[in-house]
Amino acid sequence: MTTSAHMTTGAVAAPARARTAAATATVRRKQGFQHGGWFVAPFLALFVLFVIWPLLRGVYLSFTDANISGDGASFVGLDNYREALGDSAMWDALGHSAYFTLLVVPCITVLAFLLAMLAHHIERGKWLWRLCFFVPFLLPSTVAANMFQWLFTQGIGLVNETFGLDTPWLTDKSYAMLAIVIETLWWTVGFSFLLYLAALQGIPDHLYEAAKLDGANAWHRMVHITLPMLRHITGLVIALQILASLQLFDQAVVMMDFGPGPEVSTRSFVQYTLEQGFTSYRVGYASAMSIIFFVIIAVVALARMWLLRTREEGGR
Amino acid sequence: MTTAVQARKSPRKPWTPSQIILTLIGVAVSAVFVAPIAAALFTSLKSEAEAAEIPPHWLPEVWTVQAWKALWETGNITNWFINSLVVSVCVTSVVLTVSALAGYGFARTEFRGKSVLMGIVMSGLMISPAVLGVPLFTTVQQMGMVDTYWGMILPQCAPAAMVYILYKFFQGVPRELEEAAFIDGAGRWRVFFTIVVPLARPSLAAVGIFTFIASWNNFLWPYMVTNNPDLMTMPNGIATVMNSYGIQWAQLMAGGLMAGLPLIIVFVFFQRQIVAGVAHTGLAGQ
Repeated sequence: MTTSAHMTTGAVAAPARARTAAATATVRRKQGFQHGGWFVAPFLALFVLFVIWPLLRGVYLSFTDANISGDGASFVGLDNYREALGDSAMWDALGHSAYFTLLVVPCITVLAFLLAMLAHHIERGKWLWRLCFFVPFLLPSTVAANMFQWLFTQGIGLVNETFGLDTPWLTDKSYAMLAIVIETLWWTVGFSFLLYLAALQGIPDHLYEAAKLDGANAWHRMVHITLPMLRHITGLVIALQILASLQLFDQAVVMMDFGPGPEVSTRSFVQYTLEQGFTSYRVGYASAMSIIFFVIIAVVALARMWLLRTREEGGR
Repeated sequence: MTTAVQARKSPRKPWTPSQIILTLIGVAVSAVFVAPIAAALFTSLKSEAEAAEIPPHWLPEVWTVQAWKALWETGNITNWFINSLVVSVCVTSVVLTVSALAGYGFARTEFRGKSVLMGIVMSGLMISPAVLGVPLFTTVQQMGMVDTYWGMILPQCAPAAMVYILYKFFQGVPRELEEAAFIDGAGRWRVFFTIVVPLARPSLAAVGIFTFIASWNNFLWPYMVTNNPDLMTMPNGIATVMNSYGIQWAQLMAGGLMAGLPLIIVFVFFQRQIVAGVAHTGLAGQ
C-alpha cells in the first residue's frame, strides 16, 4: 500500500515542474513547518488519550492485582500472564473466537462475492438488490441478534416452524455457535458485498469484450479476468473479516441472554475478558488478557501485511 | 422530446432467458434476506400473547399496534433515541474534523517525526474498545467520564482507519492546485478549506456516513461506559433494559425496528453516494 503511494508522488514530481521546483520547495517547506503539526494535533490528542494511554495503562495494570476501583493495587510481576496462560477457560474462549472466525470468514467471502456477481449482472432493479443485501448491516448488532434469538427459539421461533424442524438452536452446545454464525452471515455480509460490487463496477468493460472476441466463454472470463481483478478486494475482505470476527462479542452475548451459552460453548475472548474485569472485578487479570489479545491481533495483522508484501514483490 | 424518451428507454434491455433466471434467483435470495426483518415487523404488530403462541405463524391473526404504543408510553425510548442522535452526530462531526485535518497533515505537510507518528497511528488500526476494553474503561473512569456523554463520545473519536482513508485520498490531489494558491499568497489553512476540502467532498461523505452507521449501531462501548438507563443509546437500551423485563417479543421487535429505521431511511436516500463512497475511499481499489 505504501509502495504504490510513493510511486504516484514520485511519478508526478519528476519531470513536469523542474523549473519551479526550487521555488515551490521552499514555499512548501516553510508553510509545512509552520502548520503541519497543527493539522494532526487534534487527532493526536484524542488518539493519545483514548488509544495509546489506555494501551500503556493496560500494560502497567497487567503487572498488578488492581481491582475495579484502582485502589491498593500492588505489583505482582508476571503472575497474571502466568495464570492466564494456564487458564483453560481463557483458552476455551480463545478457541470459540477462533472457531467462529474460521467458520465465518470463508462463508462471508464466498457469499459476498456471489451476491455481488448476482447484483452486478441483473440488469433491472439494481437498487433493489443492493437494498435487500445491505439492509441487515444497517441494523444495530443487538437488534439483529434479538431478531435471530427470537427466530431460533425452540417452540415460538419461525425457523423451526418454517423448515419443519425441532432443533434446539440456542440451548444445545452443538448448535449454539452455528446459530450465531448464521446470524452473523445475514447481518454482516452486506458490507463485503458492497466492497465487491464497487470493485466489479471498476473492472473495465473492454477486457471482457476483448476476451469475448478471443472466444472465451463465461467461465473463462470469470477465472481469467474477474477473479484476478478482484484479488486485492478479496484480500481486504478477508483481512477485515478476520479482525472483526476475532472480536466477536455483541451477537453472542445478546443471543445467549448475556450468558456464556449452553455449557459455556459460545463465550468469546472479549466476553471472558470483560467478565473478569467487570463481573469479577479483576482489572489486573483482565488487562493481562487484553494485552494478550492485542498481541494476537497484531500478529494476525502483521502476518497479513507480510503476506501481501511478499506476494506483490513476487508478482512483479 | 422523443429523443429524451428514447434515451431513457434505451438502457432497458429485453428479457433474455439468462436475465429471467438471474432475476428469479435474485428474488429468491432477496426474500431470504428480507424475511427476518419482515418477521420482526409482523411480530411487532401482534399482541404479546400472540407473539409467544406455539406453534408460531408469520402473519398476525389480529393486527394491532399495541406493542408500538406500549413502547412509547412505558419505555425510555425517546430518551434513548435522543441519546443516540446526540452521540452519533457529535462523534461524526468530531471524526470528520479531526481525521480530515490529520489525513491532510500526514499527506501534505512536513514536520518533525511525521513518519514515526504515522506509523504509530497506523498501528492504532488494530486497537479497538473490544481489544482494550478494560484498560480503556479504567482510563475513562479516572477522567470521571463514566455515565456522561463525554465518556460515550470521545473514545469513539480517534479512528485511525478514517485518517488512513483520507490520507490516501489527499495524497492523490494534484500538488499543482495547492502550489498555484501558495504562490498567490494563500496560507496553508486557506488552501485547505477553499481548495482541498471541497475536492474531498465525496470521500468526506463516505467517511461521515460510515462513522455515523458505526456510531449509531455501536453496542459494546456504550454498554461498558453507561449504567444509567436515562443515558443509554438505542441498541444498548433495547438489548439490556428491555430484555431485563422478561422478554416481550412484540415490544422488543418494535423497539429494534425503531432503532434500525433511521439508518435504513438514510440508506434508501443516499444509496448511490454510499456505493460510490465505497469505491471512492479507495477501499475497493487497493
